[in-house]
Amino acid sequence: MIAEIGHYALLLALALAIAQGTLPLWGAGRDDPKFMAVGSVAAVGQFAFLAIAFASLTYLYVVSDFSVENVAQNSHSAKPLLYKISGVWSNHEGSMVLWVLILALFGAMVALFGTNLPPGLRARVLAVQGWIGIAFLAFILFTSNPFLRLSPVPADGNGLNPLLQDPGLAFHPPFLYLGYVGFSVAFSFAIAALIEGRVDPAWARWVRPWTLAAWCALTLGIALGSWWAYYELGWGGFWFWDPVENSSFMPWLAGTALLHSAIVLERRDALKSWTILLAITTFVLSLIGTFLVRSGVLTSVHTFATDPARGLFILMILIVAAGGSLALFATRAPKLKAGGLFAPISREGALVLNNLLLVTACATVFLGTLYPLFLDALDLGKVSVGAPYFNATFIPIMTPLVMAMAVGPMLAWKRGDIKGVIGRLKFALGVGMIVTLGAWYAMGGQVLAAAGIGLAAWLVLGSLMEFAGRIKLFRIPFAASLSRLRHLPRSAFGMTIAHAALGIVVAGITASSAWQTEKILVMTKGDSVELAGYSFVFAGVEETEGPNYTVKRGTFEVTLDGRDVATLTAERRFYPVRNMTTTEAAIHTTWFADLYAVVGDADEKGGWTVRLYHNPLVPWIWVGAVLMALGGLVSLTDRRHRVGAPARARKTAARTKPPGGGARPATA
Amino acid sequence: MRLVYVIPLVVFATVAAAFGVGLTLKPNVVPSALIDKPVPEFTLAGLPGDGVESGKGFSSADLTGRVSIVNVFASWCFPCRVEHPLLMRLARNPKVRIFGLNYKDRPEDARAWLKELGNPYDRIGVDRDGRIAIDWGVYGVPETFIIDAEGRIRYKHVGPITPSDLDEIIVPIIERLSE
Repeated sequence: MIAEIGHYALLLALALAIAQGTLPLWGAGRDDPKFMAVGSVAAVGQFAFLAIAFASLTYLYVVSDFSVENVAQNSHSAKPLLYKISGVWSNHEGSMVLWVLILALFGAMVALFGTNLPPGLRARVLAVQGWIGIAFLAFILFTSNPFLRLSPVPADGNGLNPLLQDPGLAFHPPFLYLGYVGFSVAFSFAIAALIEGRVDPAWARWVRPWTLAAWCALTLGIALGSWWAYYELGWGGFWFWDPVENSSFMPWLAGTALLHSAIVLERRDALKSWTILLAITTFVLSLIGTFLVRSGVLTSVHTFATDPARGLFILMILIVAAGGSLALFATRAPKLKAGGLFAPISREGALVLNNLLLVTACATVFLGTLYPLFLDALDLGKVSVGAPYFNATFIPIMTPLVMAMAVGPMLAWKRGDIKGVIGRLKFALGVGMIVTLGAWYAMGGQVLAAAGIGLAAWLVLGSLMEFAGRIKLFRIPFAASLSRLRHLPRSAFGMTIAHAALGIVVAGITASSAWQTEKILVMTKGDSVELAGYSFVFAGVEETEGPNYTVKRGTFEVTLDGRDVATLTAERRFYPVRNMTTTEAAIHTTWFADLYAVVGDADEKGGWTVRLYHNPLVPWIWVGAVLMALGGLVSLTDRRHRVGAPARARKTAARTKPPGGGARPATA
Repeated sequence: MRLVYVIPLVVFATVAAAFGVGLTLKPNVVPSALIDKPVPEFTLAGLPGDGVESGKGFSSADLTGRVSIVNVFASWCFPCRVEHPLLMRLARNPKVRIFGLNYKDRPEDARAWLKELGNPYDRIGVDRDGRIAIDWGVYGVPETFIIDAEGRIRYKHVGPITPSDLDEIIVPIIERLSE
């Protein structure tokens, strides 16, 4: 019964999506407020029905209703409740339901909070959201319906892949999808703007908060995924340049570029068609990511029972969405009026450089990810592209980006004074060099890695100095600085936090890649081994039981110069339902390094294979990533971005409106 | 229409074409180093109480003389359950013998599974610790190998067999090898 309710709710959501995709568009064309208003009602209704469908599926998982095929395939009665719930989106069908639920959530939010938008623009944005909804609801109903019944009903379910039974991974997909799907709003705004033939600073101001929200979620999603890979896969690494990882990273790179180019559009009325193109590209990359992960064209070995019909369906969606929007772009974008001019050395110039580098980096990742597919399509053999390619191409592109990041925000709009800025950053430059030399002296060997740490110091200090410059710290009385601080827009705080946080991430990535030390050896109880100055004593392995697995738990006593540092307990869990073993790495983190231990197989003589790692600065990667997202959130609370905001936004919109700017009302 | 604005569309068209071709490639055909090589040497113990030839296992010597299929399966493997009816159908084909390699499974579970779904296998070998499967290059269940009358591996299928795999690939190969 519940499964049928969920199925029916999906059908009703599709019907509403069709209404949302057509009627408001027609209304906007004829300037008919009644038809335009249908969009909001349909968007909210579609979200309500999808919430019912999602709740039904969750209920079926929680009560372990194995008469539903999807539940039987992916759940098991002996699974902890958290993983029964996360099991809903840990499989293809359920994750697609989550996908459309989030899509509808964004649509409903545009409908509810976008009341300050001109009605025509809002109607068109909602219509485009409606089309995306139609495409994916049809995809679910025709190829991936999670509510189908199974006969005969099995006694118990197949269980969830144990690797996915993990708190980090339970929340990874929702964040990732909030990011992926959130970019659909920027896409819809771009299409609506192309249909209307008008892109102006007000448009950029409406798009920015949605892009920023999606970007924050995607940042957190990627960080969660990489954290999971770090402690669950047991290889001591955090990023593997795997196609699935890359397909979430590409929209992030393009979305970051979009955030920055939208600033230029908002402030200087320039980069119009470029920003539109980025908005389209970012969402298309999200769709391509969905296609790559869901169709199985790349991960051929690990995606059993991929249905070619599904891949074809997503490809059709991709062709219609990307082909249609890019064709619209090709015909409409040349007609957009070019905006303000600026010199190459200026804030705008720096943001253009940022965009060029980010887009190049994104293209590099794209090429590396799809190269095996291209070769295979041309029948030139099966190859795989690994980390060496990505490291050799990605790092040289990111280095100038990080260098420029400290300089760019200090440049003036229109025409900047690069010498003056470098002069003001002398201190950061000096510290960066000292840090480089210090790291080189302390860690030895790799000059480039030491330079990476110096670069990170330059970025963190440069960002903080830019902030200090804004409040004239130490140059005017402290109380006056404090008053400037209070009046600073939140977006200034956000930018400083996010930029400095990237410096922290860079330091973490550099140090952990360059100076990781590892030992792989066989240990028996009582053995001791030295690693990075620490002494690890193996206290043996004991066997216990978990809720749906058995455990072999190895313990290490770690000391440094005779003082106790930590007791590490690494687990090997065996899940009988799937006949699979997972590793749970033992991690002791100090602020400056992780001690990381994994227990492997036993040999005949009572010895255990163990892997021990010392990973310098690796926690900084996730601390930095969370701070970056936090920076985005702080910026999002800026009153200029606040949705539904205020007269001030309207006043600016009125001021920057092109002369004789047509029917868009500046005051509602 | 200025040409630069068309570039994104052209780039996307190229990528989409590659995706289209990529979809038609068979992800289930994974290059195996063992194709056209003789089967690895092995002897597998049987599954007592499986109802065929009183639980006799099989060895590499049994895979010669006629075209045979080696199907790697386990009771804990859900995709195996999906392909099982197709194996039952294939079992009615007189040109081929089907050998089951019971992978990392408990004998009592495997017996219960066969009792519930039927036994398509002429003989079953038990690979409790998965050692023999390593020699065959198995990295997941189910997998299916086609072996010619000389005992050489001629085809490997990764993942569950679908009806179209059976009719369009596996049965034609069996027909060809039986001539």
